[in-house]
Amino acid sequence: MKDFNYHSAKDIKEASKLSSSNSAFLAGGMTTIPSMKLGLASYKDLINIKNIKKLSGIKVSAKSVTIGAITKHVEVANSKEVKKAIPSLANLAEGIGDPQVRNRGTIGGSVANNDPSADYPSACIALNATIHTNDRKIEASKFFKGMFETALKKGELIEAIEFQIPEKSSYQKHPNPASRYAVVGVYVAKHKKDVNVAVTGAKPCVYNDKDLSKALSNSFSSSSIQNMELDSSDMNSDIHASAEYRASLVVTQAKKAVDAC
Amino acid sequence: MASLVGSRVERKEDKRFLTGKGRYTSDINLANQTYAIFVRSPHARAQIKKLDISKAQKSSGVVSILTGSEIAEDKIGGLIAGWAIRSEDGTEMKCPANPPLAKDIVNFVGDPLAVVIAESLEEAKSAAEKVSVDYKVLKAVTSTADAMNGDTIHEGIDKNLCFDWLLGDRQKVKEAFDKADKVISIDIINNRLIPNAMEPRACLADYNSASEEITLYTTSQNPHLSRLIMSAFGNVSPEHKLRVVAPDVGGGFGSKINVYNEDIVCSWAAKKINRAIKWVAERSESFLTDIHGRDHVTHAELAVTNDGKFLGFKNETIANLGAYARVFGTVTPTYLFGPCATGVYEIPAAYSNVKAVFTNTAPVDAYRGAGRPEATYTIERLVEKASMELGIDKTELRMKNFPTAFPFKQTLVHTVDSGDYIAGMEKAKQMADYNGYEARRKDSESRGKLRGIGVSSYFEACGIAPSAAVMSLGCGVGLWESAEVRFNPTGQVTVYTGSHSHGQSHQTTFAQIAADELGVPIENIDIVHGDTDKGTFGMGTYGSRSLTVGGIAIVNACKKIVEKGKRVTAKMLEASPEDVEFKDGEFIVAKSNKKKTIGEIAFACYLPGVRDEMKSPLPEGEEPGLKETAFFDPSNFSFPAGTHIAEVEIDPETGEVKLEKYTACDDFGRIINPMIVEGQVHGGLAQGIGQALYENAEYDETGQLMTGSYMDYTMPRADNFPEFNIGYTCTHATTNPLGVKGCGEAGAIAAPPTVMNAVIDALGGQEITMPATAEKVWKACKNLKKSNSKAA
Repeated sequence: MKDFNYHSAKDIKEASKLSSSNSAFLAGGMTTIPSMKLGLASYKDLINIKNIKKLSGIKVSAKSVTIGAITKHVEVANSKEVKKAIPSLANLAEGIGDPQVRNRGTIGGSVANNDPSADYPSACIALNATIHTNDRKIEASKFFKGMFETALKKGELIEAIEFQIPEKSSYQKHPNPASRYAVVGVYVAKHKKDVNVAVTGAKPCVYNDKDLSKALSNSFSSSSIQNMELDSSDMNSDIHASAEYRASLVVTQAKKAVDAC
Repeated sequence: MASLVGSRVERKEDKRFLTGKGRYTSDINLANQTYAIFVRSPHARAQIKKLDISKAQKSSGVVSILTGSEIAEDKIGGLIAGWAIRSEDGTEMKCPANPPLAKDIVNFVGDPLAVVIAESLEEAKSAAEKVSVDYKVLKAVTSTADAMNGDTIHEGIDKNLCFDWLLGDRQKVKEAFDKADKVISIDIINNRLIPNAMEPRACLADYNSASEEITLYTTSQNPHLSRLIMSAFGNVSPEHKLRVVAPDVGGGFGSKINVYNEDIVCSWAAKKINRAIKWVAERSESFLTDIHGRDHVTHAELAVTNDGKFLGFKNETIANLGAYARVFGTVTPTYLFGPCATGVYEIPAAYSNVKAVFTNTAPVDAYRGAGRPEATYTIERLVEKASMELGIDKTELRMKNFPTAFPFKQTLVHTVDSGDYIAGMEKAKQMADYNGYEARRKDSESRGKLRGIGVSSYFEACGIAPSAAVMSLGCGVGLWESAEVRFNPTGQVTVYTGSHSHGQSHQTTFAQIAADELGVPIENIDIVHGDTDKGTFGMGTYGSRSLTVGGIAIVNACKKIVEKGKRVTAKMLEASPEDVEFKDGEFIVAKSNKKKTIGEIAFACYLPGVRDEMKSPLPEGEEPGLKETAFFDPSNFSFPAGTHIAEVEIDPETGEVKLEKYTACDDFGRIINPMIVEGQVHGGLAQGIGQALYENAEYDETGQLMTGSYMDYTMPRADNFPEFNIGYTCTHATTNPLGVKGCGEAGAIAAPPTVMNAVIDALGGQEITMPATAEKVWKACKNLKKSNSKAA
């Protein structure tokens, strides 16, 4: 690991001021630290934001659940409010990584990193989330730009993520047996007007599958997508799963999710 | 006194391990030590055109940078193959030189070519990044099946062929096949595995310039053997000036048998720089450079009659040795594999032909089971296929061909002293509720799932091995074992063993044996191993040999103690030695109430005289002290055997395989500690099931390891397994006084075919390769659906 300067910011303003083109914010460090250790990333400054109280906590209103950026996965998984308002979101958090990761990893870190196999981005898409930063509010559909790429500008810090409470929802993933990341994860959320089917793992970036969403908006039952075959031409293919297999898994997991709703 | 052998004595080592008081190589630090980082090839095959260390040498904290040139100048020897194998045409095997640091050419990703030694680990790492190497990248050979058609990797080794070995009689096999009603044939791949011991390899080499001694702390399964190899072949130091210590070692599974490049380089360099040098592998280095296991491509055939009698067997295998032939690299795919490939069956004619090839991949060597998992997979997949094609129940077909009398002269090499394979099969069927399977299959079907049941019967030749036999087959050493039993004057016992425990619980098992033999409480017995300065030369631990060979050496040394005790007792109690009996720690003069405890005798042996109340004269000519040594060379291998039965349920939509039930019924001979044996069976099964369903070392065509971390290499986890149903049939071995056979490798040997037979059963007989990943199974499910709809 290359040497770096460590800072601990006491508030958002200080964190923002410390940031530069060669800095990173440190929350749970579940990706940042291993990347630095493996020499895949190096920074001049690492800015710890874990002591900024404003970034932590869960608030529930009639329409939405707002989760502070440095809230840990274990806190979401165990939150009575989340379990009541959006049980599938608590389930998703419960299934991230392992206990060590859940006790350190944060929702803001996961969303900002936008790993193509991460779980939370699919929740953001399915639950019409709004990403609150220190500068603006960004709709989830405009936030995730590509592999490890988001709409965040340099030095822009996620403060909280606001999820719309759906009528029904479920997240189902087919984990990679080695890493337990999602080979494919499908988040189905039925809102008043329509249904979102957000897919992670299948493509370089999380996306809302329009065909599945449309079919389920018309008729919310697994039989309505039973025989759907998705185009796999732009899906990921690696030693763990071919594009064709991923395409099949998207439908299978979507059916499972609908049945679990 | 109740016998401890056979009871669930709690592990003496657990307190140390569970409270963090274990002492592993990386826990040891010496004053003024330096840190080593190895510069490794990023290419699978390349010429080293230029190696420039000038920039790195100026990096902060650098003490020394050594390369293949210095290794060559100092005439430090390379890594060796321990067994010489002859080809069918009588020629000797061909092995390349394997210098500890490559000088001109690198042959796999991870092959080391320089070592950077610095004051701190960070400085060593930073300097290593500044070593500049100009490579001419050459086309790599990575495929086992095609290796013989690839570019020549090592000059002078045509077709990359190390040897083309035959065991058996081709003519007899041809005659048997001519008589057959049916020939069952199969093409299988035994997937490459990475051992993944929990503790990565490490070493710490120290040099004392006054005594001119090197001390090497290292993660080894056999420190004495490592010292011998480093001294005799590595030219690192004369044997008496080299001490090798393998302290607590966190798992080996065969991957820590070899002397590795780093052991030799650090020992040699420590003397050169006159400082201690520490090296600890990072996990990614373990993936790349620990020996790998398995990697066979096999075509096999079984000639049968219509009523299911086996007539003949042939086995044509290509075995991948990786880039170099290492210690057990050449024997694993030959004598540990070929003879066992006919399995537990009476087959009148058989042969095994193995072509061992070099490729630009990590060296392949003995990994838990070593050759016998590959053998069992070959025959048991064939037998299962035969049962499908002949329409004979898989258990009936097996029993029909089991030997019924022992000793059983197996077709190719071994004479199995003892066993009862039919009893084992029947018990396994009962434990697994084999007859109730159809109801469970229907239940799965009603839930839209596919269910399959698989059986595998195995035997293995372990307890390696009679020295005369193995040396006649090309082994470079004898495979006996030693033990020394030492009494203190106040009655406690220290047992020195040449075996090495790296998870096997010798501290407990061996103490149970000594406690029973000597009648000394187990708390008063310590087991010492792992240090060439303590105890006699020993061969170490692999091939399920610790108990069957090392344990017997302990028994024999204890018997010598008892014999001496009888003579001393006779003198003290004025009786004849023949009249002294020994039982439960007491020497009793027959037909009298005169007796001495073994503690009193030990005391007497250290105070050989008469003074006041003390009356302990030794017999004339008897040496004082109480310490005996025994070397045990077994008369035969030992032959554990058993039958395992697995049931899987498959979700056809995702291809996920769930192992629902696993039954293991094994014959390990006498069991010393059932709790420890269960642990061994569980661990072996985890690795065997891992091979069948999860683990796979995959290289791409350029020789890059695609599965070089736990993100990509699937180590099975606890939630991948059902609760194992374990039982035994115990027929005692007749070739050793304890009647023991060994248990460490059985699970890894039996599980792969058991699980794969179940998966393939669920898939209607469609062949798929290991590991049966969800995607492969999903594809097979789609084929099944297609063929079903066609049939409908």
